[in-house]
Amino acid sequence: MSALEPLRLYGRYFATSIRSQLQYRASVVMLTIGHLLMTGVEFFGMWALFDRFGHLQQWRLAEVALLYGMANIAFAISEAVGRGFKAFGQMVRKGDFDRLLLRPRGTAFQVCAQHFELVRLGRLLQGLAVLGYAIVELGLLDAGSRLLLLLTAIIGGACVFTGLFILQATTAFWTVESLEIFATVTYGGVETTQYPMSIYRDGFRSVFTFVVPLVFVNYVPGLAILGRPQTIGPWWLAWISPLIGLAFLLLCLRLWRLGVRHYRSTGS
Amino acid sequence: MAQIIVENLRKHFTVARRRRGTLGALVGVVRRDHKIVKALDGVSFSLEAGELVGYIGPNGAGKSTTVKVLSGILVPDEGRCEVSGRVPWRQRIEHVAHIGVVFGQRTQLWWDLPVVESFELLRDIYRVEPSDYRPRLEQLVAALDISTILDTPVRQLSLGQRMRCDVVAALLHAPGLLFLDEPTIGLDASAKLAVRKFIRELNEQRGTTVILTTHDMDDIEALCSRVVVIDRGKIFCDGDLEALRARVGVERRLTLELEHDAPLSIDGATVVSRNGGQVVLAFDPEQLSTAELIARVTEQHPVRDLLVEKSPIEEIVAKLYDDAQEDPA
Repeated sequence: MSALEPLRLYGRYFATSIRSQLQYRASVVMLTIGHLLMTGVEFFGMWALFDRFGHLQQWRLAEVALLYGMANIAFAISEAVGRGFKAFGQMVRKGDFDRLLLRPRGTAFQVCAQHFELVRLGRLLQGLAVLGYAIVELGLLDAGSRLLLLLTAIIGGACVFTGLFILQATTAFWTVESLEIFATVTYGGVETTQYPMSIYRDGFRSVFTFVVPLVFVNYVPGLAILGRPQTIGPWWLAWISPLIGLAFLLLCLRLWRLGVRHYRSTGS
Repeated sequence: MAQIIVENLRKHFTVARRRRGTLGALVGVVRRDHKIVKALDGVSFSLEAGELVGYIGPNGAGKSTTVKVLSGILVPDEGRCEVSGRVPWRQRIEHVAHIGVVFGQRTQLWWDLPVVESFELLRDIYRVEPSDYRPRLEQLVAALDISTILDTPVRQLSLGQRMRCDVVAALLHAPGLLFLDEPTIGLDASAKLAVRKFIRELNEQRGTTVILTTHDMDDIEALCSRVVVIDRGKIFCDGDLEALRARVGVERRLTLELEHDAPLSIDGATVVSRNGGQVVLAFDPEQLSTAELIARVTEQHPVRDLLVEKSPIEEIVAKLYDDAQEDPA
């Protein structure tokens, strides 16, 4: 049994999920376009802002676009992959979680693989377009290691957002009430990270550094990619931010396991 | 060694008691009453490989809690449980790879997918080798007669078709132990017969151990050599159907068709119902033998026809459940 076998199974789930969503082809197309337009309008708003004022605290539009693109791509990936966690409360209430415990696979893996949401491609496409514009405008195409940091930071960012979705799902093991407060760090999080952290107040920034590590999604690595001085910590912090994202995800998975243990001893 | 060993299993749940009405719901946000429910209160039994056991009891008796513990979903508070030498909740992944579970009320198939695609996904989840999978699937498809619906999305299947597909899905990895939870619920008569026939053959030919929970006593009578009755978290009775009948009362029924509609009173028997010339008598064969009773009746009245019956299992269980409700803990 190779180590890649779970990945192959994920691929199988993925293909199956796509096929079942394509049963409702028109709906997928419309929703994807809808997402594209919705997030597109958002960026248009940003563009209008910069067009009127020129810059935001020494930040140019292309620079903010880089952060914006990174945040949106990371969020779109985690939304598509972590969709199962978002709807998890319902799964527990309906008793469908038992079914996952009856299968010889990890529970987080199954929840994750259960549903891949195609329509989130809308946000992904928009994020890619904005990032592409930023990369060309800033001349980052041949930036070598900084381009590598950009790529890994996006993956790390997806880890952070996925971790948040997992945390939200984990609460379902203790309460049947859906905790909307989590939306403030998931959806609120992606809105917040679309702008440079430096425009926010200190207290707010601390929360997004130490409590929810959102600054590592794009701001900290973004500063290094843009060649700006690091404002949050030592210069090398940017280069380990993908690892911080990964560590956060692993921590969330630990809590998830704790939740599963609680569920199995209480029967919820 | 026994395939399943359950010793003194205990499981308590804390249930928040709901208050009635809107005001009650609001109060419930701040203060909640908690109630402890003893779902399993010292359950012990053991099962040999190849047994086909009915596991019955009233709603809330602890049936599904037992099944959840045995299948590794729930961790009990106390007690020992081993299935094929494994502790279900400690070795969950290893354990569930060797069992199959069918929930009658719930499907494990993917709603929007053709049946066969669900099967293929399960094949990969359970790591079934393709060389094992193909002949096994063919055999199951033939036995449950689902070849014509393999390409139909699950949401378009009838309940009976879906159930047969779910049974196939639970057996693709050839488990040695199968849990069936209400497998015939909502099925029409012919679908019920088909499912029962399949379960019997599975048990007899492949030696698969089957634990069946059901409310349909015909399932039990048709399939189970052994019945375990659970009530309020305790094993109430464990043995064959006859033992269960004996436990509840050995009462038998004598249905008589009299030539004349005349009053009838026999020592040692009571009249259960009377409809013209047709009289149903209940008696205890330990006290009064069937032959003696018939002799006493024919002494008094000319009899056109008669029929001796054991009391039907429905009544046994209904009686059991009534007894359980009469003295609540």
